[in-house]
Amino acid sequence: MAATTRQANAIIPEGYSGFIAVVKRDCATCRLIENVLADMAGELDLQVYSQDDPGFPPGVDEVNDDGELEFSYRHDIEIVPTLMRMNAGQEIERLAGWQRDDWRRLTALSALGEDLPVFSPGCGSKSVDPGMPEKLAFKFGDSPLQARRIEVASQQDEHELVFERGWSDGLPVVPPTEARVLRMLAGTTRSPSELVGVIPPDNAPCTVEKVAINAVMAGCKPEYLPVVLAAVEAACRDEFCMHGVLATTYFSAPILIVNGPIRDRIGMNWSHNVLGQGNRANATIGRALQLVIRNVGGGRPGGVDRATLGQPGKIGFCFAEREQDSYWESLAVERGFAAHESTVTLFAGGGVHPIGDQASRSPESLTRSLALSLRTVHHAKAYNGADALLIISPEHMRVFRDAGWSKARFRSELEKHTTVAGHTVIRGADDIAVGMPEGLADKRLRKFRPGGLLIVHAGGGAGMWSAVITGWAANGPKGSVPVTVAIQT
Amino acid sequence: MIKLLDPTSEGQAAARDALPRPKSLVDKRVALLDISKPRGDVFLDRVQQHLQSLGVDTRRYEKPTFARVAPVDLKQEIVSECDLVIEALAD
Repeated sequence: MAATTRQANAIIPEGYSGFIAVVKRDCATCRLIENVLADMAGELDLQVYSQDDPGFPPGVDEVNDDGELEFSYRHDIEIVPTLMRMNAGQEIERLAGWQRDDWRRLTALSALGEDLPVFSPGCGSKSVDPGMPEKLAFKFGDSPLQARRIEVASQQDEHELVFERGWSDGLPVVPPTEARVLRMLAGTTRSPSELVGVIPPDNAPCTVEKVAINAVMAGCKPEYLPVVLAAVEAACRDEFCMHGVLATTYFSAPILIVNGPIRDRIGMNWSHNVLGQGNRANATIGRALQLVIRNVGGGRPGGVDRATLGQPGKIGFCFAEREQDSYWESLAVERGFAAHESTVTLFAGGGVHPIGDQASRSPESLTRSLALSLRTVHHAKAYNGADALLIISPEHMRVFRDAGWSKARFRSELEKHTTVAGHTVIRGADDIAVGMPEGLADKRLRKFRPGGLLIVHAGGGAGMWSAVITGWAANGPKGSVPVTVAIQT
Repeated sequence: MIKLLDPTSEGQAAARDALPRPKSLVDKRVALLDISKPRGDVFLDRVQQHLQSLGVDTRRYEKPTFARVAPVDLKQEIVSECDLVIEALAD
């Protein structure tokens, strides 16, 4: 019997009482029960919605064509076949897949499917195929998105359009379509219209939606979004001074250090090549923040960004601390958070400077050795109370662990070895004009601002390399102070 | 047709023309703004001397730190007290 079809009716007829079945030909269980559906159609009031073939099932006279999936979307169909019993327009009960006893009970047809197995699981509804829920939400839902739509002409390449509009940092981005942005927003429970912060330098209000758009462009997965949102919040804190971090001629960029369980959950890298390429979360989270500053905040090189040289980390710089086998408390714990909390810390820093020491086997030697490199931060004769980020590798950490040195002890010893006699670094000393004022010649001068040296454990298991990242020259209350924010997951 | 969502603030800066240059400094008061960069004071001392020798009224101001934008209070103070500003922008 040839089936006749009519348009899918997304709304169940008002006051409808009877049965609704949602099926697709591509599902073996749906094909298995096609005679059941034909029998039901002969006995009961039955509406069948077919997702992929309006000629299916063949024994039913009138099949509703749900090729557009509107019915399935609006009624949250997840499995086919789904059987719904309706009474006066209200859904009374729903069955998914074929369970003979349940179908018999619901339909009160006691001989239904006599020759069929008692059970056959259903298949996924086409409306929940990967990427489909977002497309359908875009097509049929009431879009919560407020951003202006930019149409890409048929002859136009969307990747080129992104460059032409100045939305890119110079690398290709993922074009932010509505479906992708909706998918990104599934990564947070926060409303798209919620204000995250006011982004410098233009001091433009930034919503969760705008962060999500830029996170799509950066290449983030939805589960990274909470980290990006926390990073944007941190960058907007007055004490971080993002405007200055951007506007300075210095190298600085917000460097993101992630702590806590979220590192594992989103697959961040804290091991080999931790500061390098290759891990999607590390690479895209920092980039998303930079794109927010560029696109929402209007911060662009040569505009308010006046960096003389800049550094590659200005594309995005984000990594996770290696917490699980660290002998020391993590950066976040040191900064007052619990180990089970996920946090992101923003540090206004320059590029990575390696410190190699493959000979020190005592903590005393290694501390002096690290201190020697740390004394060159900004300039070997600069003793203004700098900020820096010291990244200790596992093999260097081992030296401290074997000797039982706590982080506090290391800090205190390090301070001793980064404090020098003023006369060695004053202007003119070593025949170098730059230096500290002559009046400090008789003083002991400390290299770092109290609280200005951040210490993090990260890197691959082999290699006696650590690294230092210099903080922005304008640090402390008159410049930038590192900021740690809890990540809302 | 593909539609993309605008990642920018969608704001547009108000276009403002620069104020006309004053024809003379007679009866004008000039604000001298030090942004707290090293040696900004040296530069402004010289400018102030020069303006004073011309009989021009000056008044000195200072930003708390060069790393941040000027506080609104300071901007309002300058606007309400002076006609022009000379800023020592960099060291």
